[in-house]
Amino acid sequence: MTRFIEALGSRIIRFTAVMGSMLLLFAETLKELLLPPYEIKNTFKQVMEIGVKSVPVVAITAVFTGMVLALQTFTGFKRFGAEALVGTVVSLSMTREMGPVLTGLVVAGRAGAAMAAELGTMRVTEQIDALETLATNPVKYLIVPRFVSSAIVLPSLTVIADMLGILGGYAIAVWLFGMSSALYWHRAWNYLELNDIFGGLAKSAFFGAGIAIVCCHRGFYTEGGAEGVGKATTGAVVISFMTILISDYFLTAWLLK
Amino acid sequence: MIEIRDLHKSFGSHQVLRGVDLLVEDGQSMVVIGGSGSGKSVLMKHIIGLLKPDKGSVLVDGTDITRLDAKHLYEVRKKFGMLFQGAALFDSMAVWENVSFALLRSGMRASEARQVAIEKLRLVGLTGIEDLMPSELSGGMRKRVGLARAIAHQPQILLYDEPTTGIDPIMGDVINDLIIKMREDLLVTSVAITHDMHSAYKIADRIAFLYEGRIVETGTPEGIRNTTNPLTKQFITGSSQGPIKIEGINA
Repeated sequence: MTRFIEALGSRIIRFTAVMGSMLLLFAETLKELLLPPYEIKNTFKQVMEIGVKSVPVVAITAVFTGMVLALQTFTGFKRFGAEALVGTVVSLSMTREMGPVLTGLVVAGRAGAAMAAELGTMRVTEQIDALETLATNPVKYLIVPRFVSSAIVLPSLTVIADMLGILGGYAIAVWLFGMSSALYWHRAWNYLELNDIFGGLAKSAFFGAGIAIVCCHRGFYTEGGAEGVGKATTGAVVISFMTILISDYFLTAWLLK
Repeated sequence: MIEIRDLHKSFGSHQVLRGVDLLVEDGQSMVVIGGSGSGKSVLMKHIIGLLKPDKGSVLVDGTDITRLDAKHLYEVRKKFGMLFQGAALFDSMAVWENVSFALLRSGMRASEARQVAIEKLRLVGLTGIEDLMPSELSGGMRKRVGLARAIAHQPQILLYDEPTTGIDPIMGDVINDLIIKMREDLLVTSVAITHDMHSAYKIADRIAFLYEGRIVETGTPEGIRNTTNPLTKQFITGSSQGPIKIEGINA
């Protein structure tokens, strides 16, 4: 029993320490973000890396999510004759939930893992120390550009995901089930409010910032060679996923208030 | 001048530095020797402010860098150039961008910075490689590029972390010659850490022996060669027999 409490206690201490150090890194990132000089070139590079290169994966994920949503809704709602609502279900689900969350998960898995692995490798090969010796603040040089571009790029990707998801739903509802095209659009647009879209985009900006801090933190504080880089990368993806899914609930609850 | 006073550093319960005192005069070439895990790297990281000590001070030209805030520390760091053990080149950048990194950061135009890089590379005996990526270079070339990067912003102090480790003996000697050349041509103060005695004798005009977190003995290469200290003697002759015990081995 004592051993159990000991183990639990040490886990809680470690968890709190990691959370604390992430918050400190977040604070330092914000500070370095505001102080000149600004890392414009590096930020553009990261927008390419995190954003543009994620478009294909995000697009495929979104199209198929929209398709399966339409498929499930159509067949399910048909049982009580409400299949005409397919458009509404797809557009609300995509903009409010699936768009931001799936985009977040895809980017965390793709770009977040890369951030942790790259920074982790730089740490264990002393490149981060080398930056310091060349009088360059590594938080400013490495983390700020990733943070900014991730927070900007996620909402942009979410817009793409929202649109493609709704188009995917259209394909199934109209082409597969022969629903009238006008009805789909009518139902998709009429019950959609601007707040649904903006709420989703706000969430995705939060996810973007969260992914960058979590993944950069894991990478930046990597210890112990190649194995450490592996652990950092796994940890980064797992913690990012948890952060997205858990914060999604609370953000949604708060936005719906 | 670098003056280290009573430097202590622990990681968790592991005491690495237990009161290091060391003085490096301007223009001197100090080599700190010591076994693996003796705290040499930790000592070096304190000299350039990458680590903060638990106790003690590091004075660089009279300024205690352990008490500086980040901004002033970066200013002091401009006096330093450091060659890392694995060269620590930025693998996302071409060789010339690596070499002129500090210059580009301080706002020099790319075309000009590239010229400086080419010139610094020539100084370490490398030509025509400025557009290659670090992954295309051999270990010895990487170290020389690392050295070119360390001297690009004209530092007054050069730090070498195990300069001859991980490369073949001939390349090791090339690096030794370069370290001597840097000191003579650029008039820099240098501090190297190594366990390669051949290299230490060649590049040092002072040698300090670090053992169990303290400097046991300091002297000229000749003085160290003829030491009467049994600890130093065992280390420089590379014997498994003597007062230095290796954990897990009963000598």
